[in-house]
Amino acid sequence: MAHSEATLVASNSNLRHHFDDTAQQFESSTLGMWVFLVTEIMFFGGMFGAYTVYRQLYPDAFASTSRFMNVTIGAINTAVLICSSFTMVLAVRSAQLGKKKALILFLVATLILGCVFLGVKYTEYHEKWIDHHIPGPYFQYADSRYFHQAQILFFLYFAMTGMHAIHMIVGAGLLTTLIVMAARDRFSSAWYTPVEMIGLYWHFVDIVWIFLFPLLYLIGHTK
Amino acid sequence: MNHHVVSTRLYTAVFIALLALTVTTVAVSKVELGELNLVVAMTIAVVKAMLVVMFFMDVRRASSLTKLFVIAGLFWMAIMLVFLVSDYVSRGWLPGPRWF
Repeated sequence: MAHSEATLVASNSNLRHHFDDTAQQFESSTLGMWVFLVTEIMFFGGMFGAYTVYRQLYPDAFASTSRFMNVTIGAINTAVLICSSFTMVLAVRSAQLGKKKALILFLVATLILGCVFLGVKYTEYHEKWIDHHIPGPYFQYADSRYFHQAQILFFLYFAMTGMHAIHMIVGAGLLTTLIVMAARDRFSSAWYTPVEMIGLYWHFVDIVWIFLFPLLYLIGHTK
Repeated sequence: MNHHVVSTRLYTAVFIALLALTVTTVAVSKVELGELNLVVAMTIAVVKAMLVVMFFMDVRRASSLTKLFVIAGLFWMAIMLVFLVSDYVSRGWLPGPRWF
């Protein structure tokens, strides 16, 4: 028993001494990552709560500001994010199989799709900048009845999509780290925990957008 | 790690389902359904999120402890949203649903 444990530790330098085996270590990492994601659920949940209250409080202003959300661009960005989640699971799968080339390829694809999403988001923000739809001293709104209410709703739009975009930027940084680590042969089919954990994070950010898209872009139109 | 590797076919099927649901939710949003628009859009969003959580994040094969943490997180968010809205509605600060 002692002998087999010693060989196990010697054969896998990634196993920390306080874990019995790699399976237990992996299980702990997954649980820890999910605890972090639960705090993220609560964080975004607060903003979804504020959104729910103000949408009900100012239904007319909400219908008015909804006209400035471009459904086509929102739908394209949703598809881009779903594609990036797909390439991410394929990256994790490649890591499980120990395929280094495929792993790097899928990670790069995920990173590119993430950057495409942020680029499209930039054009949307730029459009709102041009239209003076950024809440603050230079805010302008065509319908003067909704001047104050529209500012609150645009603020919520920027807070929610902005926090989501910051998570995407962090995710892009994490993906870059993974690509460098993969290129340096840090992962094997025996140890690829960071790929799996950052995969969980990336999918979570995708899920946030899955809820933001219908709430911000779709439901206001038919009101 | 002796993880069972999932086939590419299953991932592709989930991916296509997610894209199909995105097209569906956009198409339904063009139809005037009144209050049902919100219900349909949110139902589709929940189904999409479930697909991502179960298959891409692999919660269906995760340990019971991890599943418990995921469910607890969602339950606590439900407490936050339900109590927040019920507080506003019961004070008459928000228009409640018609049956209220």
